[in-house]
Amino acid sequence: MAMTIDARSSAPTRRKKVRGPQLAADVVSYIVLIVATIVFVAPMLWMLAASFMPLSQTTQYPPRLIPHPFTLDAYRTIFANYPFGVFLLNSFLISMITTLGSLVACCLSAFALSRLRFKGREVMFLSVIVTLIVPFAARMIPIFIGMRSIGWINTWLPVIVPIVLGNAYGIFLLRQFFMNIPRELDEAAALDGSSVWTILWRIYVPLSLPALASLAVITFVNTWNELLVPLIFINNPELMPVSVGIAQLKGQASASWSWLMAGAVLSVVPLFLLYVFAQKYVVRGMTLNAGK
Amino acid sequence: MAVVSTDTSAAVRAPRTTRARPLRSLHRGEHLWAALLLTPYSIGLLAFILIPTLAAMVLSFTNWDLLGSLQWIGFQNYVDLFTSGEFWQVVGNTAYYTLVAVPLSIAIGLGLAALLNRGTRGMHVFRSMLFLPVTVPVVASGLLWSWMMAPDYGVINYVLSFLGIPHQQWLTGIHSAMPSIILVGVWRGVGLNIVLFLAALQGVDRAVIEAASLDGAGPFRIFLRLVIPLITPTLFFSAIIGLISSFQVFDQTYIMTQGGPDNQTMTLIYYIYLQGFTFLHMGYASAISTIFTLIVFGLTLIAIRYQRLWVYYTEEG
Repeated sequence: MAMTIDARSSAPTRRKKVRGPQLAADVVSYIVLIVATIVFVAPMLWMLAASFMPLSQTTQYPPRLIPHPFTLDAYRTIFANYPFGVFLLNSFLISMITTLGSLVACCLSAFALSRLRFKGREVMFLSVIVTLIVPFAARMIPIFIGMRSIGWINTWLPVIVPIVLGNAYGIFLLRQFFMNIPRELDEAAALDGSSVWTILWRIYVPLSLPALASLAVITFVNTWNELLVPLIFINNPELMPVSVGIAQLKGQASASWSWLMAGAVLSVVPLFLLYVFAQKYVVRGMTLNAGK
Repeated sequence: MAVVSTDTSAAVRAPRTTRARPLRSLHRGEHLWAALLLTPYSIGLLAFILIPTLAAMVLSFTNWDLLGSLQWIGFQNYVDLFTSGEFWQVVGNTAYYTLVAVPLSIAIGLGLAALLNRGTRGMHVFRSMLFLPVTVPVVASGLLWSWMMAPDYGVINYVLSFLGIPHQQWLTGIHSAMPSIILVGVWRGVGLNIVLFLAALQGVDRAVIEAASLDGAGPFRIFLRLVIPLITPTLFFSAIIGLISSFQVFDQTYIMTQGGPDNQTMTLIYYIYLQGFTFLHMGYASAISTIFTLIVFGLTLIAIRYQRLWVYYTEEG
């Protein structure tokens, strides 16, 4: 089945005369949806509110939703007493490098697996599927030992390189996309004497921009969210991404909830902006992905 | 408009290989190009997937602690694992998480998607809002919910107190810790299912539903007997993805409970992390990793193998 993830909605069913039971069903349906929306969204507002609360208000009972007085102390503290600016910058750089690297590497592999004929192609594609299924965590012990022996601990390399070189999800996604590009295009180009390299970058990549955008978004989001990998490999605060930084802050007894919520808000903001401005690609990338 | 159309369910079903059209070699040195283009992935596959998987198997027969010398101890790690109550508890916890979180996410996602698909006004707004928690990193969601679940001043206990429910020790209670962890996972994950299922529901042919309706079938019957079977490929896709990601649950427990209380929320990945990086039991952790690989792989294969029992594909290929 070809599943199309698309933001379009089908035209709503044209309503005939609204009968009693129909009306009741509509009312119940809206009530359920509104309650669900509150349950899903209210915690996020709560997090935002808490980040502007004075320390004492976060442990006050009964809880109060509106910060009183409204203060930026939590943000000031986490930037002044903890390297939160560095954490955010690290997360941004790590995610950007991983994303750009993945895009290039995935284009190369996906093109070979979709358009070139060679021995072992089936086996290579099978390996992509298997890699999709079996998670990193099952291999983290030997990978850690390997990284340690080549001196990559406390660098960004163990966080970036394995994703760039082994982004099975990206290869899978782009391969599916490449296979839908009409072959006539590269046949014509090949007859004109274009090399494989030219065909890939001049024909396939420009035609695949929507898929590449989805892949870029999902790789960025996943890298930004990753906790376990940087947790294992990086313990120098100067190099930590924000996920590990917040986790460390949580581990300190002195950390107050408003600081933690301020950190959490800061870690959400870039993803939230991405969602607002590139909703189509975020939703596509994530629903296709889901299992990183 | 370009639509990303992936053959996801087909690929999950069976790693089909699409045969290249039999045509003369278009590109000179196709083999060389293939080798060149696949070099980065081949290095990654070898260095970060094949060798580590094998290395974990080899290490699982040793008692290496990363510092001292390495000794071959045969199946001792496996014997220790299988006879330790802790390991079975961890396996049980992971199964508990998966068996509750995956069906719950699917049921809630399907329910809300069905409501949105009734021609609801403001459908786009609802959908966008319900998707929002997906954008919150697990670390941030874990912190947020830890605060909301605080026994003495948490908002959840406050809200429940209006219903006359006494304050609960959510994350430190033996029986409530795992459900609390699951709640966070479901809160964060349902949005994805809603979007997936809504797209599938919108793909169901209206004519089929109207025909059934004319035959006198009620809306619930139509949904259960007709619509759900038609979208089983999407449900299956979501179940597989949910299965694989639930087995890897780590972030919530790391942030919210550190595996406690009394190991109630200790999951397989957390156990590998603990044994390997806290206790430096590299051999023991490798044995758990190897079993973990086999479990994930085995369950996925079983799910794919037996999907014919309940997944209906209307069009092949």
